[in-house]
Amino acid sequence: MRVKVDADKCEGHNRCCALAPELFDVDDYGTATALNDGNVPPELEEKAKLAVQNCPEYAIEFVKD
Amino acid sequence: MGTNPPVDDWATDYDIFDEDYVKDPFPVWDELREKCPIAHTERWGGSWLPTRYEDLQALVRMVPELSSRNVLVVSQKREDREFDPVLAEYGNSAPPITSDPPDHVPMRRMLLPLFSPKATEAHRPFTEALCHELIDGFIEKGTCDAALDYAVHIPAKTIAKVIGVDVERTDEFVSWIRGLLEEGNTDLEKRNKYNGILRQFFGELVDARKAAPRDDLISHLLAQEVNGQPVARNAVIGMCNLLLVAGIDTTWSSLGSALLHFATHPEHRRRMATEPDLFPSAIEEMLRVYAPVTMAREVTEEVKVGDVTFQPGDKVLLNFPAANHDPAAFEDADKVILDRKKNRHIAFGVGSHRCAGSNLARMEMDVALRVWFERIPEFQLTDPDAVTWVGGQVRGPRHLPFKF
Repeated sequence: MRVKVDADKCEGHNRCCALAPELFDVDDYGTATALNDGNVPPELEEKAKLAVQNCPEYAIEFVKD
Repeated sequence: MGTNPPVDDWATDYDIFDEDYVKDPFPVWDELREKCPIAHTERWGGSWLPTRYEDLQALVRMVPELSSRNVLVVSQKREDREFDPVLAEYGNSAPPITSDPPDHVPMRRMLLPLFSPKATEAHRPFTEALCHELIDGFIEKGTCDAALDYAVHIPAKTIAKVIGVDVERTDEFVSWIRGLLEEGNTDLEKRNKYNGILRQFFGELVDARKAAPRDDLISHLLAQEVNGQPVARNAVIGMCNLLLVAGIDTTWSSLGSALLHFATHPEHRRRMATEPDLFPSAIEEMLRVYAPVTMAREVTEEVKVGDVTFQPGDKVLLNFPAANHDPAAFEDADKVILDRKKNRHIAFGVGSHRCAGSNLARMEMDVALRVWFERIPEFQLTDPDAVTWVGGQVRGPRHLPFKF
């Protein structure tokens, strides 16, 4: 499972980073990026789902490998 | 307030300052969302009131048709707007909240690093010590006004520290901001008066920092460039104004609403007192349910949304609080669920004008509630009739008599 952040949609709410700090980071301007090329280990799948479901900008999605 | 005739039809004649609506707007929003869903009124200068989550998500992205140049929910009558004294003297009044493209992004990027998660975490020890000190002041008494003795001071003193202004003068700052946002909501003379006070205060500070820079926020802003030009004096004054105004009433309201909720919901209160892991989701739920802020947009080009057409000069109220109660976007939208998993709320707005201080507000909420529950796990509201509310731009309780 992988996640992707659309940097054009991200407005820096920081929800993903708060919910899944193992999977996301934000820069000084608040723009989020997925860590480890977006790879989600099985034990973090639930957190990844939360990040996707709580983003107010719909900026995070799952991608198929 | 309360001087206007009562409302018969909320869809065509709503009154955002109606006393019952300010206290309990939720049934009105539910009704409008079902049958309207974008209401209209001629009151208070005229405006449109959307209520659906989907509409709010679309409206914030209608740039440049919906301009941010005047974000106040009440403004001069349409024909008088171009004579707005603040706009006339200062141009863009409080960047970046009142900025449109192309200025918006560069202005906003000046502020964002100062309010990043990392930057705001650095203020946590200050806020934590402050919360303890406030509680020390009333815990022996066994009573307090949670709005006036606790909630207001946390954002006021924290933002004063962030801006680098005198933390001992926050009672004065709060009176200016209440003059601007509460009395000034419906009394434009008062609004201009308090705007003038704020601008003079920051004008003097900006000039002092220009002459002798320090290691503080104002000096940092003055050293920035926008499109290769040094940032204008008036822009820095406007930004400071914005930080103080937007940094106090909003979090004060969210925190007050949350404390009121827990004072009146024993089961939720007990969970907060015994389950510290619940805080992150519970705070997001408080923000969703009691979202305090409504911003406005001014229409610059005709635009059709659903069945209605906005005309240039119309005002549209970005009713984020109503969107957060839309059953189409939230499961059991009318229930308060402290461990709600899926909570895509837009209490901080959404789109390019997302509240720049959202990380700071969340830090303040977290600290203020954690310290409160650690020190005062059991508490009650003594007199429900003594709770007073303000509404319009920012909705929240202003008196909360508690005992513990």
